[in-house]
Amino acid sequence: MRVARVRMRMRKPVGSEGRQERGGRAGAGAVVVVGAGPAGVAAAVCAADQGVRVVLVDSAVRAGGQFYRQPDARWGARRPQVLHHGWRTWQRLTARLDAHLADGQVTHLAERHVWFVERAGGDGFVVHALGGSGQDRPETVRGDAVLLATGAYEKVLPFPGWTLPGVVTAGGAQAMLKGGLVLPPGRTVVVAGTGPLLMPVAAGLAAAGARVGALIESAGPGRLAWGAAKVAGHPAKLAEGARYAAALVWRGVPVRTGHAVVAAHGSVRLEAVTVAALDAEGRVRAGTGRRIACDALAVGHGLLPHTGLAGALGCRIEETAYGGWGVAVDGEQRTDLPGVWAAGEASGVGGAELALAEGEIAGRSIAARLRGREPDRRGCAAAAGTRAGLRAFARVIDGVYGPPAQWAERVGDDTVVCRCEEVPASAVRSAVAGLGATDLRSVKLLTRAGMGWCQGRVCAPGVAGVAGCAWSPASRVLAQPVPLAVLAREEGAAP
Amino acid sequence: MRLRRTTPQGLVRARPGPGFEVTLDGRPVPALPGRTVAAVLWEAGVVAWRTTRDGGRPRGVFCGIGVCFDCLVTVNDRPNQRACLVTVSAGDAIRTQEGVGDAGGSGADADAEAGGE
Ligand SMILES: Cc1cc2nc3c(=O)[nH]c(=O)nc-3n(C[C@H](O)[C@H](O)[C@H](O)COP(=O)(O)OP(=O)(O)OC[C@H]3O[C@@H](n4cnc5c(N)ncnc54)[C@H](O)[C@@H]3O)c2cc1C
Ligand code: FES
Repeated sequence: MRVARVRMRMRKPVGSEGRQERGGRAGAGAVVVVGAGPAGVAAAVCAADQGVRVVLVDSAVRAGGQFYRQPDARWGARRPQVLHHGWRTWQRLTARLDAHLADGQVTHLAERHVWFVERAGGDGFVVHALGGSGQDRPETVRGDAVLLATGAYEKVLPFPGWTLPGVVTAGGAQAMLKGGLVLPPGRTVVVAGTGPLLMPVAAGLAAAGARVGALIESAGPGRLAWGAAKVAGHPAKLAEGARYAAALVWRGVPVRTGHAVVAAHGSVRLEAVTVAALDAEGRVRAGTGRRIACDALAVGHGLLPHTGLAGALGCRIEETAYGGWGVAVDGEQRTDLPGVWAAGEASGVGGAELALAEGEIAGRSIAARLRGREPDRRGCAAAAGTRAGLRAFARVIDGVYGPPAQWAERVGDDTVVCRCEEVPASAVRSAVAGLGATDLRSVKLLTRAGMGWCQGRVCAPGVAGVAGCAWSPASRVLAQPVPLAVLAREEGAAP
Repeated sequence: MRLRRTTPQGLVRARPGPGFEVTLDGRPVPALPGRTVAAVLWEAGVVAWRTTRDGGRPRGVFCGIGVCFDCLVTVNDRPNQRACLVTVSAGDAIRTQEGVGDAGGSGADADAEAGGE
């Protein structure tokens, strides 16, 4: 059926129907920035300050990315800052962005999902996006350089009951709150998992009126104390952490470290979770399980960078020196592919402030390199110092947090590990034990795990853990699913 | 003496303009301009709006940012829209979905999808 539909489309006369070209190639200096989060916006204004034409392409309605996500402008929020740390920094940055939007130096293409970036025959790049509410209106943007500032998404490792409605990612609950000013249905939310995101999420939900039943962090008190001693040289960061901790105490949110949600319960939606204490190996301490009734569970086990566009371009993706994966970059945030830069969490997870510093460095580098010059070291010095400090901080954070070592043991055989294709852990285990699969690719072919709508973005780390095989952010051909009709049109329209 | 419960809108002192109505399976649901379908449904107390193809299990929002495709919904006869991304307009007809990709409606363009690896 599907094939027939595509063929039909391809036989149609292919031209530029429904297809728009943007950007243009003003002089020798146009950059397409993919992602209007802290990194992308910082880079856009820095490059524009130096005379570069910038096209900022982002899937959201408003600039801000995950960190500075805001409700609709028409709602006239008079105190948006209460949901955001570092609001003034963002205000200053957006004032500069607005000035460049007004003078035409920057064009912001909002609500455009970029699904592919390609080299245009050795001469610049073509960025393919989908616009429109159905994301089916193809558009291309050309530039001499590209900055990938696509940010990250949340990793969630499977556990019994994690597919029940009411179980959401911690960042997702935060995104719904910041962008939609809405709380998960019901009264009580439990926030759980591991990582520095959990505290701001719990504090934000509580401040907005949710009853936060508990914050469950799997890192134990020993790790947290080690981390606190290590970050003594980052007083601002310590103060930020202390502020969230105080807010949680003030709102009466119980915090349990060295604990984990080991199961979520409910028939058609979440009704309760079981929380248990973990031993030093990350195994559940017998007899410590306790049930907490709740309507929502906001859970996360860290962030994963969006590396799909970079992978398809052929950029190297590697483990960063400060933990996790990212698009490999040099001191100027250049990838190993000439003309392509990466900044923010796409090149390694380290928070919004790091994303801002990296964006600034990338913007300055792009402006210089497009003119064939070396970037001005002195101009970048402050941002480079900030970046070094924040990466050192990120490395400590990476050492503190992390899913409990034995998490995969708790995934029951009937627990779904691939949410899209509904593949149970038992299928993955028998692919390994019975059919001899030794890598994620064979597990995928044998079980369909990772073949669904999300293309394994959500399940890959979980499936790999259950299978006991290695995982890395595999390079995907497409950054997001694309209607076949669009692909057919694109194919016909290519020179 | 009890204080009124805080709400997200109260917290940031938002004054959303007049709202409008959309429908969920024909039933009227209040909506605000600029909200996503997912936010409108959460506000209406709805936590699940599709069932899975194999197990028939209910699903709603999971990632909240367009990555996981758990929140698929039919909007104005276009199936498989991500509720967490699509912004509502007055009068939108939102429909729950059974299974993925084969829900009724005429949005044929959107239901054939190509994935990469
Ligand atoms: C859901 C979520 C919520 C978070 N909430 C918080 C929080 O409350 N506090 C905190 O300290 N940290 C939070 N974080 C961490 C956050 O990622 C960083 O602190 C910061 O936002 C990183 O900035 P960035 O510019 O690198 O990326 P982002 O802010 O993620 O910006 C990337 C932008 O690129 C866009 N994009 C990505 N791919 C494409 C594409 N293919 N086409 C078009 N546009 C694309 C995205 O829509 C986004 O606007 C959150 C992370 C996630 C995933
Ligand atoms: S909730 Fe994940 S795509 Fe909408």
